[in-house]
Amino acid sequence: MAALPPYTTLGQRIWHYTFRTIVGLVLFFLIAPILVIIPLSFNAENFFTYTPGMLALDSEAYSLKHYRDFFNNSDWQQAMRNSLMIAPAATLISVGLGTLAAIGLSQSHVPFRRAIMAILISPMIVPLIISAAGMYFFYSRVGLQGTYLGVVLGHAALGIPFVIITVTATLVGFDRSLTRAAANMGANPVTTFFRVQMPLILPGVISGGLFAFITSFDEVVVVLFVGSAGQKTLPWQMFIGLREQISPTILAVATILVALSIMLLTTVELLRRRSERLRGISPG
Amino acid sequence: MKLKTTLLATSVLTMFGGVASAQMANDMTIVSWGGAYQNSQLKAYVEPYQEMNPDVSVVWDESSAEAVAKLRAQDEAGNLTWDLVDVTAADAMRLCDEGLAMEVDHDEILAPAPDGTPASEDFGDMIVSDCFIPQIAYSYTFGYRNDVAEWNGNEPTEICDVFDLETFPGKRSLERRPHNNMEWALICDGVPRDEVYDTLETSEGQDRALAKLDEIKDQTIWWTAGADTPQLLADGEIVFGSTYNGRLFSLIVEQDQPVSMMWDSQSYDLDGWIIPAGLEEDRLARVLDFLYFATDTQRLADQAKYISYGPARKSSAPLVSDHAELGIAMGPHMPTNPENAVNSFVQNYEWWADYRDDLDSKFQAWLAR
Amino acid sequence: MSDQSLTSSAAAPTPSNGPMLAADGTPLKKSLNRALRRQKTRALMLIAPLLIFILVTFIAPIADMLFRSVENQIVSETLPRTVVAINEWEPEETPLPPNDAFEAIYRDIFVAAEEKTHTRLGSRLNYETTGISSLFRKSGRAVDDVGERYVDAISDALPDWKGAGPWAVLGDAAHPALPGYNDAWKDFARVSTASGDDPATEKPWELLFVALAEELRAGALNEYDGPLGTELAQLSTALEPVAPVDYRAAMVEVDEDWEDPDIWATIKTYAPPFTPGYFLNAADMKYSADGIEVKQESERLYGMLFQRTLLMSLTITLATILLGYPVAFLMANLPMRISNLLMIFVLLPFWTSLLVRTSAWKVLLQQEGVINDLLVWIGLIADDGRLVMINNATGTIIAMTHILLPFMILPLYSVMQTIPPSYVRAAKSLGATNWTAFWRVYFPQSVPGIGAGSILVFIVAIGYYITPELVGGTTGVFISNRIAYHISTSLNWGLAAALGSILLVVVLILYWTYDRIVGIDNVKLG
Repeated sequence: MAALPPYTTLGQRIWHYTFRTIVGLVLFFLIAPILVIIPLSFNAENFFTYTPGMLALDSEAYSLKHYRDFFNNSDWQQAMRNSLMIAPAATLISVGLGTLAAIGLSQSHVPFRRAIMAILISPMIVPLIISAAGMYFFYSRVGLQGTYLGVVLGHAALGIPFVIITVTATLVGFDRSLTRAAANMGANPVTTFFRVQMPLILPGVISGGLFAFITSFDEVVVVLFVGSAGQKTLPWQMFIGLREQISPTILAVATILVALSIMLLTTVELLRRRSERLRGISPG
Repeated sequence: MKLKTTLLATSVLTMFGGVASAQMANDMTIVSWGGAYQNSQLKAYVEPYQEMNPDVSVVWDESSAEAVAKLRAQDEAGNLTWDLVDVTAADAMRLCDEGLAMEVDHDEILAPAPDGTPASEDFGDMIVSDCFIPQIAYSYTFGYRNDVAEWNGNEPTEICDVFDLETFPGKRSLERRPHNNMEWALICDGVPRDEVYDTLETSEGQDRALAKLDEIKDQTIWWTAGADTPQLLADGEIVFGSTYNGRLFSLIVEQDQPVSMMWDSQSYDLDGWIIPAGLEEDRLARVLDFLYFATDTQRLADQAKYISYGPARKSSAPLVSDHAELGIAMGPHMPTNPENAVNSFVQNYEWWADYRDDLDSKFQAWLAR
Repeated sequence: MSDQSLTSSAAAPTPSNGPMLAADGTPLKKSLNRALRRQKTRALMLIAPLLIFILVTFIAPIADMLFRSVENQIVSETLPRTVVAINEWEPEETPLPPNDAFEAIYRDIFVAAEEKTHTRLGSRLNYETTGISSLFRKSGRAVDDVGERYVDAISDALPDWKGAGPWAVLGDAAHPALPGYNDAWKDFARVSTASGDDPATEKPWELLFVALAEELRAGALNEYDGPLGTELAQLSTALEPVAPVDYRAAMVEVDEDWEDPDIWATIKTYAPPFTPGYFLNAADMKYSADGIEVKQESERLYGMLFQRTLLMSLTITLATILLGYPVAFLMANLPMRISNLLMIFVLLPFWTSLLVRTSAWKVLLQQEGVINDLLVWIGLIADDGRLVMINNATGTIIAMTHILLPFMILPLYSVMQTIPPSYVRAAKSLGATNWTAFWRVYFPQSVPGIGAGSILVFIVAIGYYITPELVGGTTGVFISNRIAYHISTSLNWGLAAALGSILLVVVLILYWTYDRIVGIDNVKLG
């Protein structure tokens, strides 16, 4: 496809390039908004727009002050700490419970499989605002509103569908004769699980965990309702920033988060390849 | 002998125990509005208080706009996470009514004026509810860009200029709720000021106000946060917009933007503290200690160095001095300054408490059309 | 697969006649069943912790929300006596309820004011009829004085009845001849205890005086044989010359709105513990004593918001198909190496924080923003003719299309990858033009991808809150924003729950459709 065969007509040639231009524009539409904010985060002024100095590439128009502000401001630091506390805790719960359940679901005889699956996937399907409203009402009744535990539980629930989906997907390709072989050779179920099954489904577990992590790390609506000031997370602080005191510090935070998402993306991609490779060599 | 030492030890222990129980909590969650206003509180009394009490750490929660809802949820949960909440007078009344705010004896918990006048007299009729500890008087007023070429050198001077798209073309911003907007619309539709609320009670009166607002609806951005209008003015997104006078002050004077104030028909409101009902003893002790300091005459006057809101104490007024960094006199920038107070009106809280639900659904339906 | 191998290995030692036996001699059928049961139990044991977790942290909250959308106990809890008193009253026949109802509401409001629940009820009923909020607040303040003449008469006759002592004695005795007093005492004791005081030493409420006076006037002493009989007789004599309290007149004096039939009709309509009122309100209807009626045109809001939410979600879905299809198509038909590279363009936004992307659009779309600056600089638009692309529906659609585009591209791509290129080649070799080959052969095979992507995008879009809130202005907001408003600003939680329930039903129907078309198990990520 890369090079056009010699027999293509002019019309086909034009279409070929027009089509690629259209796709190029769409990809530009996807990526440009993210790239546009990165230079703005180095703006020396407190504005949300490109200054003439920035366009003229004047070095004085750029500065690191918004980054300094981010690292020196206690609100932002507290928000970052909260995010880094809540997201891993929620991820641990979703991954732990989710992996077990996914293994259970992948057995051949599971009663009410469809119904159970529907319930487990529901946090992904129910609109966030409804989940948040429900949790706000219910957690208020049981004393979890405004606590770390409440936010962590809420986020864990939201992350579970991702773990279920990715882990069951890895288990679909899992060859059961491997566990039987291990059992044959005298391994007990626990050893079998950790020595045989786990390494093979690990990529699925990790990428499910990353999805769960990013779900919690990026989540605003539930934490806005279920949390209180003590649990203010990074996205929450950004939401306030956008609504309340619009400052370019947000753009600095945004840039840091983009860097973080590139890291996560790379990890997930590497894991996916490893998983494919592992499955490629497994028999059957 | 042994008995004696035991007794002694016990009494020492009790003493320490007693001290411990009377001790004050060292964490305080203060709920406020964010932005320049929160900053003025930080500079005028939170930071000085923390300097005196280095152990105290303060967490800010910018949730004042949702204070009633969140406190109700915390109350239902039996899990009070807030220690001190900054709310408008209307919300303070609502919270007091619902039993969510603590009733206080102002003379007992607040400092008297320097001349000994008790606090309740010093605050006077600013105390609109038994739970409300007033801080400042502010107003909703208008700012406009003074560099609009299409205006041919005209500058708006009165409220009805907001509705005059011919002389003052350009985008406006108004708050996304009926309060004040309905009053202003009726005033500019020719309703005498003292009949505004009576007119608004009728369906025809409400339609009349909305019809007046219809004239500028296409040209209006509806704001929800106090920072919106200043930001929109600074960006040039709008040429004319309502917000709290203090936010405009920081835009005009501190950030030196080409924006001016229009004080005509400003609408007064009060803002102050409430203490959530049911605080634990040590937290309450800390809050009371802080409040005694933070609402004294000097501190309220100090707050006016950072933001142009009028201190709620009569005794603070003469102490209002110059801006903390710019050194300009703050007096003329206060909403209560006689020159600015012409044509002003006070929002009718009780009236709005009744008509809020009804008018709001009508207003939102109108907005969404 | 595993069952088959299990069967064959277990079946080996079975003799050819009689029931097949397993290795340990039990019939094979039984043994298999047991194995199956064990397998099922093990699977359920593995699933159970998560299932319980989700049921508690997620399904219970949703159920709670559904419950709140019809729950209305606040009226009967706050006004128990009044609800009983107006039970028989028919608003159509007599505009105002019987006089008993006025006495009942006096007592109820008195207790509620002591508990500070009257204004909460006032706010609740104010959603239905404007003015009830201040009516209850005002009544709560003035209600102390309604029975003043009884209080004075009793205190004058026996001064030590100003204190707590005798009232507690009467209350503890709970004599059946004084049911009205016992009732008031119960409330007094409950409220005092709740605020940490001892009812036996608390200053008695005016309500206790009034309740006792009414009992004495009604001749309760004829059957009374409890404690303090002589004092009660004394009081009875002292009360004789006192003119009876006319509760109706007294309440009307507190606020003339108590003579307004609408107020009473509203209380009557909302007296039952469950109400369809919130749902009707969410459907732009009003539930009143006259039945159900549609609201005036100028007050209808939710129908329009639901319609708009659906319409805009549809627009966004269509936009993502239009933009996503070519991208997925090209990626599916390029060598893996290049398509993996292009995938970064799709996955990076997918992994980037929603707030980052929303802030980016705020920066881009403003009138003084990057896009407008660019257009002015190129000369496409005049400086005073800058486009309005934010704080309206356009802003919401652009930003949400961008945010949801990966949700369309990813399922499309995974479906397209499975379409064998040989089909299109075959069509072409049979003489089809490029377009025919695409449209008649390729496209139909990619339709499942479009279906999966569309439902996914639509479901996510319909419940969006953050982006419309930040860039939607007034014409670009969704029903979710209204739900959030009712939770956090207007405090009308019942209405928020009803709106949420309706939205939930819409989403569940879509989810069900998705499950039928694609299958929940086939959702793929990344």
